[in-house]
Amino acid sequence: MPDAAPLWAAVVLPVALVVAAVVTAGFDAVLSGSAERGPAGGVREAGLRATAPLREALRLLVQQPRRTTAADRLLGRLGVVLVPVAAVLAGAVLPWGFCAVSDPSVGIVWFNAMEALAWAAVWLAGWGPNSALSLIGGYRFLAQGLAYELPHMFAITTAALGAESLRVGDVVAAQDGLWFAVWMPAAFVVYLLSALAMAFWGPFGHPLSRDAAGGAEAELAGVDRLVFLGGRWLLLVVTAGFSVPLFLGGGHGPLLPGWAWTLLKTAAVLALLVAGRRALPVLRMERYMELAWMVLVPLTLLQALFVAVVVLNR
Amino acid sequence: MRALLNDVIFWVLALLALLAVASGVMVFRFESMARATYALLTSLLCVGGEVLLLGLDYLGVVIVLMMTIEMAIMAVFMVMYMMNPAGLMPMTMVHNKQGAAAICAVVFAVLAAGILLAPWPSRRGRPSDDPTLDLGLSLMGPQMLTMMTLGLALFATIVATVVLATRRGRYDRFGDDLKARRADDPVQGGRGR
Repeated sequence: MPDAAPLWAAVVLPVALVVAAVVTAGFDAVLSGSAERGPAGGVREAGLRATAPLREALRLLVQQPRRTTAADRLLGRLGVVLVPVAAVLAGAVLPWGFCAVSDPSVGIVWFNAMEALAWAAVWLAGWGPNSALSLIGGYRFLAQGLAYELPHMFAITTAALGAESLRVGDVVAAQDGLWFAVWMPAAFVVYLLSALAMAFWGPFGHPLSRDAAGGAEAELAGVDRLVFLGGRWLLLVVTAGFSVPLFLGGGHGPLLPGWAWTLLKTAAVLALLVAGRRALPVLRMERYMELAWMVLVPLTLLQALFVAVVVLNR
Repeated sequence: MRALLNDVIFWVLALLALLAVASGVMVFRFESMARATYALLTSLLCVGGEVLLLGLDYLGVVIVLMMTIEMAIMAVFMVMYMMNPAGLMPMTMVHNKQGAAAICAVVFAVLAAGILLAPWPSRRGRPSDDPTLDLGLSLMGPQMLTMMTLGLALFATIVATVVLATRRGRYDRFGDDLKARRADDPVQGGRGR
């Protein structure tokens, strides 16, 4: 059974998430660097490339924010701030080993609700600056949300069904022997896809893609941009991290303590997503929509049916 | 300690109620459709918070989830269909101002009086372990079959409406005999194309 985390965990959580996000962004920067400019010449150059996101963050901190005419500053700011806030709130139910900041009886629904705030956040950030290109980015994310949300919901419902509980701690406890990823592979793969889509990153970065001059981030500069893009990395870390308690057995594993397994598995999922990104092009949403509704929804429904039958016969 | 906690919960409930009403009012005061929609979302999130505080965890979180997604989509339609979406020109969403204000005030007064005058029963027994289950059973326990049928009928209606409203059906895409190997779409791409 999961233990209640001490109160200071609520303070540590955002810090830990930020550190994880910086490391992930650094890893991505190293991979991008070696893809664009060849492999790093030495340790020093590799280090420079890995710290590029940090230096960019510092640069953004002192950069002048951009003002646009007749902007809706209130809504725009709200959208920008909502991205990291949603990520941290969703992270509150992430178990670290067997211990989460909060483990409510409806933790899985809570996670889903918090990541749905990203829908509002990206659209608001796109709406705020009164700029056509950023608004296009915002609309793109809503279309993307409609495409990924249904298969995503069925995937996490399948994990809850396997544990017969919406409590994240129970889902972890149910994977003491066999990981859910082993007997729910379709749900696991769909979850990983939607984790990328939720963080509007990598192959699902269409809302922020270059063909719309940066989409929802087109007019963001300075601290706004740092909070928005940093929040996106946080979202990626949290959504990737949540696949560990849902499908990869949480802190269960031989020899090492629970927290170490959580860390290892989260790092492995993030590494897979960051490395896999390089092999995949950015997807246009109507293409993913068709795949999601024609293939992934029936697939996840069949997966849920299979799990339901197994659970009923247990 | 317990009494203190109850007091805190009561005041948070009151604060959320005030916020919900205030942002509900702002829905009609804002001229920008985006702001009106998100004021409505704020109001609904406050309601979700109230339900959470009342111990109905599942319902509270589901309200937050559903309403966030619903209002995010609704903003698109508000901007699409309402005049003056960005609030750059004055407009009003209120019709029959005086009449509506009078009706609202009277209804509010009657409901508030009902709260104060109703003979509330005192608690018997103890709170249930799963209030959500109890609420669901008492709301639609005997009518579960009716509700399930209704749900299916509603869903079928939605699908039928979309099928009727879509401009391009499968005959446009795959030919009159549905035998075309590749769908004839204005935008190429997607599954199997």
